[in-house]
Amino acid sequence: MAMIKNLGKYFIFIGSMFVKMERFKTYFRLTIDECMGVGINSIALVAIVSTFMGAVTTIQTAFNLVSPLIPRFVISQVVREMTVLELAPTIIAVVFAGKVGSSIASGLGTMRISEQIDALEVMGINSASYLVLPKIIATLLMYPLLVILAGLLSLIGGYFAGVFSGVISPYEYNYGLQFEFNPFVVKFALIKSIVFAFLVSTISSFKGYYTKGGALEVGIASTKAVTESVIAILLADYLLAFLLLK
Amino acid sequence: MIEIDNIKKAFDGKTVLNGISATFEKGQTNLIIGTSGTGKSVLLKCIVDLIHPDEGSVFYDGRDFTHATKDQKIDIRREIGMLFQGGALFDSKTVEQNVQFPLDVLTKMTQEEKEERVNFCLNRVGLDNTNTKMPSEISGGMKKRVGIARAIVNNSNYLFCDEPNSGLDPITSIMIDDLISEITHEYNITTVVVTHDMNSVMGMGEKIIYLNEGLKLWEGKSDEIVNSGVKALDEFVFANKVMQQLKR
Repeated sequence: MAMIKNLGKYFIFIGSMFVKMERFKTYFRLTIDECMGVGINSIALVAIVSTFMGAVTTIQTAFNLVSPLIPRFVISQVVREMTVLELAPTIIAVVFAGKVGSSIASGLGTMRISEQIDALEVMGINSASYLVLPKIIATLLMYPLLVILAGLLSLIGGYFAGVFSGVISPYEYNYGLQFEFNPFVVKFALIKSIVFAFLVSTISSFKGYYTKGGALEVGIASTKAVTESVIAILLADYLLAFLLLK
Repeated sequence: MIEIDNIKKAFDGKTVLNGISATFEKGQTNLIIGTSGTGKSVLLKCIVDLIHPDEGSVFYDGRDFTHATKDQKIDIRREIGMLFQGGALFDSKTVEQNVQFPLDVLTKMTQEEKEERVNFCLNRVGLDNTNTKMPSEISGGMKKRVGIARAIVNNSNYLFCDEPNSGLDPITSIMIDDLISEITHEYNITTVVVTHDMNSVMGMGEKIIYLNEGLKLWEGKSDEIVNSGVKALDEFVFANKVMQQLKR
């Protein structure tokens, strides 16, 4: 029952952002600021995680492909499929929820308990719209770009790991990357990235915005934001795979 | 003028406000007093609709705020300035940006006009040369003054202050009280202050309502408070030894 009530509150919260909005100029400036926080500041973490993810995937795939009947280029083909379909959009989304989601929830939670959100409301500003909408737009803009970056770096990481360890030659790796490539997987990855970005930003904002209490509750809201975002990502991942890849 | 009519509020079945009615006059410093946990801040939040009352209405110069549409409420709120207990300054903005914020969002003033207005308000609350400081770099008293400057920057018709001198030393408290009083008279605005500080009550209370356990037990002026004849109010007023000696 509480879950249904919360779900209803979540949708009302999203709807409330579009009531009595401020000027476009205000949102534009805020969205640019948020793009910095959400996107640019996440590049280093995404780069490190995705490069190592690609490297490890290459080595592990090579380790498992022991049959001499399977050509070596299959290694990079497997790395490509895993990276584009799952690792770049989904695993990075989990990392993103941990970094950006917790930051959104704790930021809004702190504003709530220190009455900054009340101050906005008293001024006649729609606080949900003013504070949350730019975060959602910025996440929707930046996360797909981060996924593209993660995919590229993951494949580059796989290339270096494979070539330097001698499990695959540069030619084989490049051939495998292009072998029977289906462009739809890229489209699918981008669709996933948009859905995950929406889930992380809205769930984290919802948890932070409705924080009650003090510093302890801000921490709890932040933890819940990450946990619930990750669960939502995994559910959405299954649902999208079921709907679009069946 | 603000009128509140039969305001009732309960949380989880526990009544916090039980039918409070009062009128807060324009150009006066109106005080809501009472012991801690008696519903003062809840009443203030009901007046500005940060907490929606279960029953009753609040009228701003005859306009029903409690039952207004969201758009109508936002329009009335743009005439409201509020000083929160902790200042509620935006951590990521400088003093100047905090004060300028309502002008940025709610007006179409040019940057020069905004700067002029912000400097005027900061000067009015006695804060010069603090424009570029962050809230974390200024004292509690200064935060309250920045909060007041932000509350009046948009030429508010109504000013609300929630425990304006909590956590401040007696001298700074009096300074803040005087400032609120001066601003109220100078701009002829309706000011409502929630406090439990007796110095504030005696110093700036032109109209006072006393709350006890969710009920309004007394209403009057500061010079009438010592002879109210209300036992609970007497206990509140004469709680400290100095006041007890004065009574004797």
